[in-house]
Amino acid sequence: MHTHGGNDFVQLLTPEGERRDHPDYPLDITGDEVRALYRDLVMMRRFDLEATALQRHGELGLFTPIIGQEAAQIGAGRAMRPGDFAYTSYREHGIAWCRGIEPLTLMGLFRGVTNGGWNPYEHNMSIYSIVIGDHVPHAVGYAMGIQRDGTDDVALAFFGDGATSQGDVHESFVFAAAFHSPVLFFLQNNHFAISVPVETQSRQQLVKRAEGYGIPGIRVDGNDVLASLAVTRAALKRIREGGGPMLIEAVTYRMGSHTTSDDPTRYRSNEHLEHWATRDPLERVLRLMEREGWADDSFIASLDDEANAMGATLRDGTRALTPPDPLTMFDHVYAEPHQQVTDDRAFLARYLQAAQSGDES
Amino acid sequence: MTELTMVAALNAALRASLDRDSKVLLMGEDIAILGGVFRVTDGLVKDYGEQRVVDTPLAESTIIGAAVGLAMRGYRPVCEIQFDGFVFPAFDQIVTQVAKLRVRTDGQVAMPIVIRLPFGGGIGAVEHHSESPEAYFVHTPGLRVMAPATPADAFVMLQQAIASDDPVIFLEPKRRYWDRGEVDLAVDIAHATPMGRARVTRSGSDVTIACYGPMLRTCLEAADVAAGEGRSLEVIDLRSLSPIDFPTLVASVERTSRLVVVHEAQGMASVGAEIAAVVAERCFWSMEAPVIRVAGFHTPYPPNRLEQHYLPDVERILDAVDRSLAY
Repeated sequence: MHTHGGNDFVQLLTPEGERRDHPDYPLDITGDEVRALYRDLVMMRRFDLEATALQRHGELGLFTPIIGQEAAQIGAGRAMRPGDFAYTSYREHGIAWCRGIEPLTLMGLFRGVTNGGWNPYEHNMSIYSIVIGDHVPHAVGYAMGIQRDGTDDVALAFFGDGATSQGDVHESFVFAAAFHSPVLFFLQNNHFAISVPVETQSRQQLVKRAEGYGIPGIRVDGNDVLASLAVTRAALKRIREGGGPMLIEAVTYRMGSHTTSDDPTRYRSNEHLEHWATRDPLERVLRLMEREGWADDSFIASLDDEANAMGATLRDGTRALTPPDPLTMFDHVYAEPHQQVTDDRAFLARYLQAAQSGDES
Repeated sequence: MTELTMVAALNAALRASLDRDSKVLLMGEDIAILGGVFRVTDGLVKDYGEQRVVDTPLAESTIIGAAVGLAMRGYRPVCEIQFDGFVFPAFDQIVTQVAKLRVRTDGQVAMPIVIRLPFGGGIGAVEHHSESPEAYFVHTPGLRVMAPATPADAFVMLQQAIASDDPVIFLEPKRRYWDRGEVDLAVDIAHATPMGRARVTRSGSDVTIACYGPMLRTCLEAADVAAGEGRSLEVIDLRSLSPIDFPTLVASVERTSRLVVVHEAQGMASVGAEIAAVVAERCFWSMEAPVIRVAGFHTPYPPNRLEQHYLPDVERILDAVDRSLAY
């Protein structure tokens, strides 16, 4: 089963930390820029560890680990401009990080105190979409809006290999191609839709679907942050210049569980996992930095300090996230008053008050 | 006042909305070159261009899904779903996304989307072209559901729906598309009958009849026949199905003590069922008879040669009136 595991993808940094050139995706990058990317990767890895621990301690109902997919997301996220707009699934913590959303902000959804968490317009990123593939047409619609506004922004849709089987994703390719819309489809092939392997979603490489829609597709090593950055930058540039939609398939691997409720030992082998562990997205950047003399002790120590501080903020902040007033559930169901909501709200208010008076008496 | 068909009134409402707000755009299957299978959008692409009157690929889910993204970018999409029975591929986007995005974003994201849906039977169509799916949408918090019954209301209500910051399922009674009526094209939308308000179309004292969309004309015909038999029916056009204007309904039933609800949709778990429950609760001490429903049966919409047996008609409405008065 090498269909999805082959190395015929754009790679600029090998798992051993060696730079590779690619004729179509050259990347001039400074030591400081690589250090900044490494910082992003380290912070995401720590975030994942902390959030998983918070779930294990009962502070979160659920968490969706990013571990293994940090490079795909950080590379893509750092290629975006502020005016671009991201639509994502629920595992895109790295995109959220790049869009300036505080890690603590992501905890509200998993702690059950909100169904969203942030104002999409403040970060140009929509809230997480839970229903698989649902948000992909939204990116296409947003891109149709960009076309009408006449700007060179790009809408990005981040989704996984499982989502490619959804009708909405197929329809999105059709619409984007038909209208030549400025949308980048960024597919993270992490090899599993919960337990179902990518081979069940597709008998051939997913990137090949692009051709059927008449749009360019690129396959990239999703565990290589430099390749993800370079390929996404190139795609965004082409789209901005009027080239129409594109598909990137980032080949990566979900090292963690689907969610903290999942038991991946039921559906994948240690052998598989060990193979992918040798292709770790962080390790190869560290090796490059060591080789180039960019990773001095003080830099590594400062990252450690920063990650520790984030962890502390996340732990304390999550525990301090308390449920909102019950009556807030009625806020914003409609823009204008709706009598049914008004009546239901009044009922619950009376009911809670009566219960409270009962407790007091 | 101008005499127009409902189709022409809807077309005029779309023109007025496109003129009023440059962010309004129309999208759907066959709405541009063809002008819509019912010609509701006839001529609009010529006058407003392909960027604002968009023929989409044949994919209902992404017509609505793309409208969500356009709304997030500040546009006000008016989507046409060609027939009632074709709305279900888009059901997920409507229920999961359109209806919930405002509340999920704490009110930061508005969904000013109108989904136009020709609905109901009586035109001899093949299957999936005569359905009444309103209850699914009425059941969904976050959506408004409206159904005009006359050209005048079609003109006003569609403009109100487009101007609303809430998503609206706009049900157009397709068998009344060619009915003519007086329309005030100069009407001030802001001062017309508000969205969400029912109207007492015909006053009466013996039995209240509540209906909407295609059934208004049928109920008014039934009221004429009943009047000839010495029975005075009060006919209420609900106009809005979410919210339902219960104050207007309750005030009427308080006077007549009897209520018959009429719609084409199946009676099971229907708008009529909701009305029966609420009116029974609020008017319990005033009522002389239980609420009676005249509705479609619990079968899929039948082949069109049988639809006259499925659809409520004057006789079935009068039969229900008789049963109500027998208590």
